[in-house]
Amino acid sequence: MHKTIIPLCLAGTLTATGAWAQDDTIQIGVPVFLSGPAAGAFGQPERNAAELLFDSINEGSVPAPYDSEGVNGRTIEATFSDEASDAVVEYRNLVDRNGAEVVIGYTSSANCKSVAPLAEELQTLTVFVDCGTPQIFEEVVTDPTYVFRTGLTATTDAVGAARYLVDTGVDLSRVAGINQNYAWGQDNWRDFTGSLEALETGSEIVSEQFPQVYVGQYGAEASALLTSSPTLIFSSFWGGDLEAFVLQAAPRGLFARSQVILTTGEALFPTIPDELPEGTIISARGPFSVFAPENELAEWFRTAYAERFGQEPTYPAWKMAQAVLGVKAAYEKAGEGADSTAAAEAMENLEFEAPSGTVRMSLGNGHQAAQSISYGTYVLEDGEPGVENVITYSAECINPPADQTAAEWIAAGFPGAECD
Amino acid sequence: MQKFTAIMLDGMSYAAWLFLVAVGLTLIYGVMRILNIAHGAFYAIGAYVCASALGVYYSLGLPGVFAFALMGVVALVAGLIVGLIVERGVLRNLYGRDEVLMVLVTYALFLILEDAVKLIWGVKSYFVYQPYAHFGFIEIGGLPYQVYDLLIVALAVVMGIALWFWLERSRMGRMTTAVVADREISAAMGINVKRVFATTFAIGTIFAVVGGVVTAPKIAVTPGIGVEVIILAFAVVVIGGLGSIPGAAIGAVFAGYARALSVHLAPEFELFAIYAVMAVVLAIRPHGLFARASGRKI
Repeated sequence: MHKTIIPLCLAGTLTATGAWAQDDTIQIGVPVFLSGPAAGAFGQPERNAAELLFDSINEGSVPAPYDSEGVNGRTIEATFSDEASDAVVEYRNLVDRNGAEVVIGYTSSANCKSVAPLAEELQTLTVFVDCGTPQIFEEVVTDPTYVFRTGLTATTDAVGAARYLVDTGVDLSRVAGINQNYAWGQDNWRDFTGSLEALETGSEIVSEQFPQVYVGQYGAEASALLTSSPTLIFSSFWGGDLEAFVLQAAPRGLFARSQVILTTGEALFPTIPDELPEGTIISARGPFSVFAPENELAEWFRTAYAERFGQEPTYPAWKMAQAVLGVKAAYEKAGEGADSTAAAEAMENLEFEAPSGTVRMSLGNGHQAAQSISYGTYVLEDGEPGVENVITYSAECINPPADQTAAEWIAAGFPGAECD
Repeated sequence: MQKFTAIMLDGMSYAAWLFLVAVGLTLIYGVMRILNIAHGAFYAIGAYVCASALGVYYSLGLPGVFAFALMGVVALVAGLIVGLIVERGVLRNLYGRDEVLMVLVTYALFLILEDAVKLIWGVKSYFVYQPYAHFGFIEIGGLPYQVYDLLIVALAVVMGIALWFWLERSRMGRMTTAVVADREISAAMGINVKRVFATTFAIGTIFAVVGGVVTAPKIAVTPGIGVEVIILAFAVVVIGGLGSIPGAAIGAVFAGYARALSVHLAPEFELFAIYAVMAVVLAIRPHGLFARASGRKI
């Protein structure tokens, strides 16, 4: 008799303990690039920001409105996984094996496209940090429940870039582009050239370069751009490819002969600030870093990140911080005892504060963030990288309305856009 | 006319770089019959060691021109050390095994070395752009071209000639040629085949490391740079014929000009231009352009 009762009691105790432990913590899976060419430029700052935010949230040291400890009082426990491995397999591991209630991460557009349908199938709140392709909510998951993106799409970058160039009077008579040959680069170029057309710049496209991602050798592309004599060169390159392109093209005078615009140029600040020619037009893919508004959260994030990691956060770190705070805001809006499903419901059309200002989840059926974007001209001030001639475009000016795809909206000439 | 000049220069420059990263692979296969996947990791190690060494060098404020001598020393020392450690520590115990097994072994080595690189240097990017900018650019037919890229062409020609000279004129080179022709007969004639293998592997590794060293000033040295290189190197040696040194040179020229032509004339085909050339060559000559005729062994 005793032999039967004792194991049953033990089992009951363990189950009760397990349930208590589950309620007291929230498991968050964080897939970021821990290896491969995107690890340095994206994975590392994203991981740093996630660790900083998780620790600070657990301690309750983030400024208001995030000054309560944990997420609804639950302590965050994070599992980092490598986005460079099979995205679908790793996602399943995070959710099924590690018991992740929420997944926050992903930089690669290709990975987001693979994971989005799976997140819906596994009914797990999943917040994409970066991956700019507009295809996620336009083609891949058109009626999302669990998938969100707190970062902006490539459309925002491209439309903002075109508007900035027109507003600052850059010569757009001969335009060339160099973009990576996958969804990100192709979407960027399509939206940028479409925007130029919609803005009736009368530009002639003189060269379209689509090198393979991570190829690293851009001598031929630089020659092709030089020989086509463009007045403007547009690039959405990122990471090691962006750095290699600048290192190889700038010494040959490409940046001196043509105006160059780099949509992710801010990411070069901590790596090769002296090699990026002054006068290059850059962005940070949203109101991040040097383009961030002045507010308490931004000041806290900058200072805390620099103190802990010894350098200023670049835009991928800002985007990770934004995603983490969005999840905390959603859970707390859903209330005590909220689970993944309740938090996903609460996150739909959510408006929350972040170091980059107010984020409105107003696009993609309430699952895609809408924010402003800024562009500026790169300058070195006393050896420190900075920007001047900054113009900020509101979310209503550079994002398609909820009922239109980016391509349709651009082709129709930005109907409904509200630009100051 | 400027476009023609650009195609000629870009094709030559890319071919030179491809030759440097591919010739070691084909040398090792030709002599040792090992399809060395770890070749890409050797390239990455070269880039990282160069970045570290030059980082220290420039931080000391030493004159820029001597940095090129340091790059040479780094390539030789790192290539020799890594090559000999891998050959003595791993491959020597596996000679005579099936070629497929050796592919798996070198693939495992590649993964181990990639992780070792991450363990030593982390995942952040390293930059040593000073040598690339040191000589500036010259205008050729109105096209600004970086002198450093032209120096890589000269280096590839010199190293190709040196390799040919070593194989054809030196005693060790002749012994190596004999081993390529018939390993058993060479051993029977008193040639120390294991020593030939060790020398060949070290030379092949030095070529890979040289590829990484000369590339480091042009790129962000980041984890994973060896992956793309090994794929390209395979394409080049397959075009030329596995194991053929002239084949590697011709394969590099074919691949270099295929890419340059596509970038300038049809950029949408750049992604697969090299592989399209490879497919055409293999359709016509299944063993590559310069594959040796071999007798059937029964």
